[in-house]
Amino acid sequence: MQPVADEGRPESVNLQAVFEQSGIAEVLDQLDRELVGLVPVKTRIKEIAALLLVDKLRKEMGLVSETPTLHMSFTGSPGTGKTTVALRMANILHRLGYIRSDHLVTVTRDDLVGQYIGHTAPKTKEVLKRAMGGVLFIDEAYYLYRPENERDYGQEAIEILLQVMENQRDDLVVILAGYANRMERFFSSNPGFRSRIAHHIDFPDYSADELFEIGQLIMGQQNYRFTPAAEQAFRDYIQQRMRQPHFANARSIRNALDRARFRQATRLFERRAEQLTAEDLMTIEADELRVSRVFEGGIASDRTREELA
Amino acid sequence: MRITQGTFSFLPDLTDQQITKQIRYCLDKGWALNVEYTDDPHPRNTYWEMWGVPMFDLRDPAGVLYEVNQCRKAFPDTYIRLSAFDASPGWESIRLSIIVQRPKEEPGFTLERTEHEGRRIGYRTRAYSANKPVGERY
Repeated sequence: MQPVADEGRPESVNLQAVFEQSGIAEVLDQLDRELVGLVPVKTRIKEIAALLLVDKLRKEMGLVSETPTLHMSFTGSPGTGKTTVALRMANILHRLGYIRSDHLVTVTRDDLVGQYIGHTAPKTKEVLKRAMGGVLFIDEAYYLYRPENERDYGQEAIEILLQVMENQRDDLVVILAGYANRMERFFSSNPGFRSRIAHHIDFPDYSADELFEIGQLIMGQQNYRFTPAAEQAFRDYIQQRMRQPHFANARSIRNALDRARFRQATRLFERRAEQLTAEDLMTIEADELRVSRVFEGGIASDRTREELA
Repeated sequence: MRITQGTFSFLPDLTDQQITKQIRYCLDKGWALNVEYTDDPHPRNTYWEMWGVPMFDLRDPAGVLYEVNQCRKAFPDTYIRLSAFDASPGWESIRLSIIVQRPKEEPGFTLERTEHEGRRIGYRTRAYSANKPVGERY
């Protein structure tokens, strides 16, 4: 396609200047700072940001006119940062001018699919309208499709979703999220989705060291700190926990730390007659982690709490 | 005869782009938008049919415009207006109302004089289209 000669269009552009002006460097830095590990994800996001930035310039130069497809799919285990990255993604897309506001609407099957005939379409449309101008994040999207029940209303939601994803690309970006293998099955039974999604990002599980770093970060944000012994206990805890069922990566870590804080508060309360320093209030001792059921090899009774959190 | 009621009704009809800007203004003010339609153009016809429920939790004009277009598709030849409600005083009060679609032909009104006792004369307006039953007027 020949560039269209137009007086309003610049002859040349400075990519660096546009990059700085867009302010996405800030978001990418924030992503680097706040999210531990996830190197492949960060690389992909930088690539996507670069592509979108160049596309934007090409549009300004009159080389393309169409909006690129921006719908994405985030796959990975629970607690690997999909929602957090989706929030940042909304921010990046907004700064690049692909969406009008940086709001993210998070929904699951329940928000889209109705309970009786004729209930689904208005419900789905309501959600879509709410998300327009921003990003719609569908968590555990594979639940929309239930092949075992042919009268399931999920199919209706899928059809409306596909229609809007295709026809109103300027108004809405859809991000689907879920476990990798179940999403794979979802896409193979709904080929329409696969072809409308431009970017597939896979979120790897965290390593033990990364989880430890995440724990440190969470504690730091809340002004807590570990004693050296507690640090070791925390490392042991992570090792144990990773091997047990229902492990949800960073979310499990956050829950474990919440429980440690709970135990610390109980310990402090028991010696309430003494004077406490700020140091006391900040310190998490090894015992607070060691008493966890995880060290006894089972989390059967922890599980319900974990899932509720 | 062109019906003029609501905001900007003496201007030429707003384009979708202009309507979008008006919706944006309303959303920024925190007003809820509502789509209504009617085929009775009488100025005292205050309560138009509602197209769905008022949209309370939208952030972007695209959602409202989507409903306007759905309504236009369902009723291609009626009046459609968009009203914005402000709930900040504690009740819903209309702040803005724009006609976003009108029938291709608007036959207008007839003025009828009714004679009463003495030489008193009453006046009433009647839309020519209102001579036909509802649903067949335009």
